Amino acid sequence: MTAFWLLILGLALASFLPRASFILLFARWPVPAPLQRALRYVPAAVFSAILVPALVLTDGSLHIGLDNPRLLAGILAGAIAWRTRNTLITIVTGMLALHLFGYLVK
Amino acid sequence: MHLHPQFLAAVRSCLPVLPGVLTFGAISGVAMVAAGMPYYLAMLMSVLVYAGNAQLAALQLLTSGSPVAIAILAALVINLRFCIYSLSMAPHLAAASPRRRALLSYLLTDNGYAIALRGYERALAAEDKVWYYLGCSAAIWVTWQIGSLTGVLLGTGIPSAWHLEFSIVLTFLGIVVPTIRDRAVAAAACASGITAVLTWHLPLRLGLLIAAAAGIAAGMLTETMLGGSRR
Repeated sequence: MTAFWLLILGLALASFLPRASFILLFARWPVPAPLQRALRYVPAAVFSAILVPALVLTDGSLHIGLDNPRLLAGILAGAIAWRTRNTLITIVTGMLALHLFGYLVK
Repeated sequence: MHLHPQFLAAVRSCLPVLPGVLTFGAISGVAMVAAGMPYYLAMLMSVLVYAGNAQLAALQLLTSGSPVAIAILAALVINLRFCIYSLSMAPHLAAASPRRRALLSYLLTDNGYAIALRGYERALAAEDKVWYYLGCSAAIWVTWQIGSLTGVLLGTGIPSAWHLEFSIVLTFLGIVVPTIRDRAVAAAACASGITAVLTWHLPLRLGLLIAAAAGIAAGMLTETMLGGSRR
């Protein structure tokens, strides 16, 4: 139980400090121009790094093919997100596609 | 009660991502209970930490036998992306008092950041930007806590055959794909995705940071090669 308390307090700090870093703690620090240029690519880079492994890896190894329902559903959902720009439609179609492709593979 | 119009506008633009937030919250709630936390500690964690990716990673490490310190360090690494969001948001939130900025910091999330940034593509007064951010953040916070509480109460009752965890991936897809509007951003996304797969085996999810760095570098390089004018 002590481990949980330590974990909660540690994680609270480990989550608040990065969030507060520039909004609160170093708010007066002038951001250099190259860093500002780099910021434009942050969302695409971070989310892609979370996304792509979740689609193409199965238990840590590469799994590309028609027998990977996550990959197929992800590609379909990506195309829908591109056309509609609507997150809810993307999620709903993606979940339906995952179950449909999962059923077909079986 | 009178709510600021930009607060309401922000809540409206958050609506599409809220089902994903709710689901992700529920998943983290289930994970906390599954790790052996009593429900009151799980909710305390949900409120004090309020960082789903970090919570899930830390709990997974803890239950697989890692020391608490390693679990916290791994969470810190995963949360380093918040430094970049914080840096990016800081100029937009400069109008708020320091005490208020502490609250705004606590409320910073992946979804909230992405939606606020999209909202700031319109010209907004400094005060309106703070309200807009607050609207996104409040909607996401409330939804997350409801989801988390639901997950804690349901415990392990949700069938894993539903694959609810996949909705997190779909949420991120729905956020990132519409932002890919030029070749430089596309290069950033591709380089980062490929690097993330190649570095997947590295401990503490360090691959996530390396991949993000590779993606940013690829984006800047492409921008330079194209003359930096392609937006």
